[in-house]
Amino acid sequence: MTTRVISGKTVQVNEEGFLLSPDEWTEEIAVEIAKEEGIPELTPEHWKVIEWCRQNAVNGRSPTLRQITAGTGISTKEMFALFPKGPAKKVAHIAGLGKPEGCV
Amino acid sequence: MTDETRKMAFICSKGTLDMAYPALVMGWAALGNGIDVTIFFTFWGLDIIRKSRQDHLEIAPVGNTSMKMSMMGIHADNVGIPNAVGVLPGMTALATKLMKDKMKALGVPPVSEYLQMLVDGGAKLYACKLSVDMMGLKKEDFVDGVIDIVTAADFIDMTEGAQIIFI
Repeated sequence: MTTRVISGKTVQVNEEGFLLSPDEWTEEIAVEIAKEEGIPELTPEHWKVIEWCRQNAVNGRSPTLRQITAGTGISTKEMFALFPKGPAKKVAHIAGLGKPEGCV
Repeated sequence: MTDETRKMAFICSKGTLDMAYPALVMGWAALGNGIDVTIFFTFWGLDIIRKSRQDHLEIAPVGNTSMKMSMMGIHADNVGIPNAVGVLPGMTALATKLMKDKMKALGVPPVSEYLQMLVDGGAKLYACKLSVDMMGLKKEDFVDGVIDIVTAADFIDMTEGAQIIFI
């Protein structure tokens, strides 16, 4: 377990850089991690997904992509456009949650 | 991790229900990890992309030494389904239904829906020319996500540097 400073706040992260405690997350941290993930600006659509995932996390783990598309009404295609190259994992990282568990 | 995107290519050669899912599950997992995915359908694997066939794939209990009575809800460890029982009319349909029910209970989508998820996620699908010709099929027989009918040599060219998984 290590700590790092994101947007002026010290948080605990795992070896992949995922926040260990969702409570330490702030919107500023999300913006900063999104930039690191190659998303320069978070649009209202991005925030809709991030917020939905935070509300529907189980034991600090983010929902799977299929759960996200079913729950938000945002299509798989749109998800890959919003969060290219591994949407569910990227949302989890940006939303301060653990990686999703499950094969679908 | 290098800057170059990791690539994976799956070759689907089987058309039974149990052999359709490995590429779908692993391909979906790969897309979820930002990996470039290509799937080549050959021989019986073409059933996975055929409009008329993809949601009618089956699993037969005959000659399947891994399918035990426990799948039928009878808990008897290593007791298999006798081949003599497996040949009875309706047994393949029954085994197929049981497997589909189990998949559904786990939230696994049917083949057509799962494949569409992969296409929406950017997976590239190709049909094998030799198999297509052998079975007398046409591009219209396949789902929209299939990009083209290509030769084995084309497939080898387009998957340079990819990790190839034969199913």
